[in-house]
Amino acid sequence: MIGVLSNLMIPLLVLVVIGYGIKKKVAVYDVFVDGAKESFELAFTLFPCMLGMLLGVNLLLKCGILDVIFEWTTPFFEFLHFPVQLLPMAFLRSVSGSTTLAMMNQFFAEYGPDSFIGRLASVIQGSSDTTLYVLTLYFGSIGVVKSKYALKAGLIADFMGIVASIIVVQLFFG
Amino acid sequence: MNLIWAFFIIISIIYSLCTGKLDSLNTEILNSTKDALDMVMKIFPVMALWLGIMNIASVSGLLKKMSNAVAPFLSKLFPELPKGHESLSFIASNIITNMFGLGNAATPFGLKAMKSLQTLNPKKDTATRSMITFLVINTSGVTIVPTTIISLRMMHGSANPTEVVLACILATSLSTIGAVFVDRYYARRDKKRDRRSI
Repeated sequence: MIGVLSNLMIPLLVLVVIGYGIKKKVAVYDVFVDGAKESFELAFTLFPCMLGMLLGVNLLLKCGILDVIFEWTTPFFEFLHFPVQLLPMAFLRSVSGSTTLAMMNQFFAEYGPDSFIGRLASVIQGSSDTTLYVLTLYFGSIGVVKSKYALKAGLIADFMGIVASIIVVQLFFG
Repeated sequence: MNLIWAFFIIISIIYSLCTGKLDSLNTEILNSTKDALDMVMKIFPVMALWLGIMNIASVSGLLKKMSNAVAPFLSKLFPELPKGHESLSFIASNIITNMFGLGNAATPFGLKAMKSLQTLNPKKDTATRSMITFLVINTSGVTIVPTTIISLRMMHGSANPTEVVLACILATSLSTIGAVFVDRYYARRDKKRDRRSI
């Protein structure tokens, strides 16, 4: 049901927008092309920002230091009854969305999507967005370099999201 | 941001030096350029499509109509935006499309919202309070229908792929409410600091 609904959303949105445009006697095709042109400028401004962010994130992910950090902190999280397998995912959710999506896929294959870990991974992935990516994208596109407290606030919110996910999953499925 | 970025890179390089994994470090540095291009190339065509569709919505006045519906709610979250400003309608569209899990469609709205907020910004290189509020709401996630997750769960043979939806909604609401409070706290502190420096 929900799957059908979200499949319907995009065609419906396009239909409504174009239908409304015709009704208001807008030159829909010309206006469409005009709007689409903006994407060139956007792609050019975005590339350097993406490059910078990915350089930092990729190096950190691939150099192996994270495995060491996770190993160190494992006893602490075991003490908190947090499933340790999910630790890298919880930590990286704000940094790299594609990495955590791959991790979630891995958990589904390994433990099954209906296991506690599978469910918690789903909620962690689904209840939050990749803060670092959104920040780079949104501020990069308009050339804002001084982001003030944005990153701090975003990361704290992410942390609260993880905590909320754990509590909610335990309440729902525990 | 600058500090974190430098920290990521420096610590990775030093660690790689210590563990002697220089080969993979070299490829990783070069791979990042390709990844960045891939990423831009992936969002570029979709963005062109939605920017086009959105332009129709904007010219025809549909966007304005939509935003009027949610304006009272949004003006509480973004008190310094002038009433009926176009950024409000972009913010509204971004949040609505995000709720349905249409991240690809939501991003161009978000970028338009940022651009529109930038026109109100007196210091072009510095983020305004509204920008940060918008960003924090976005990063905390407002998804009601997490489409990717549902389809992945389906693929792995879940007995009930959508059973996590309610949990996601609850968790995301909690984190978004939390995010707004954190944002408020920092905004207030920031304002105080500004006043003191004058």
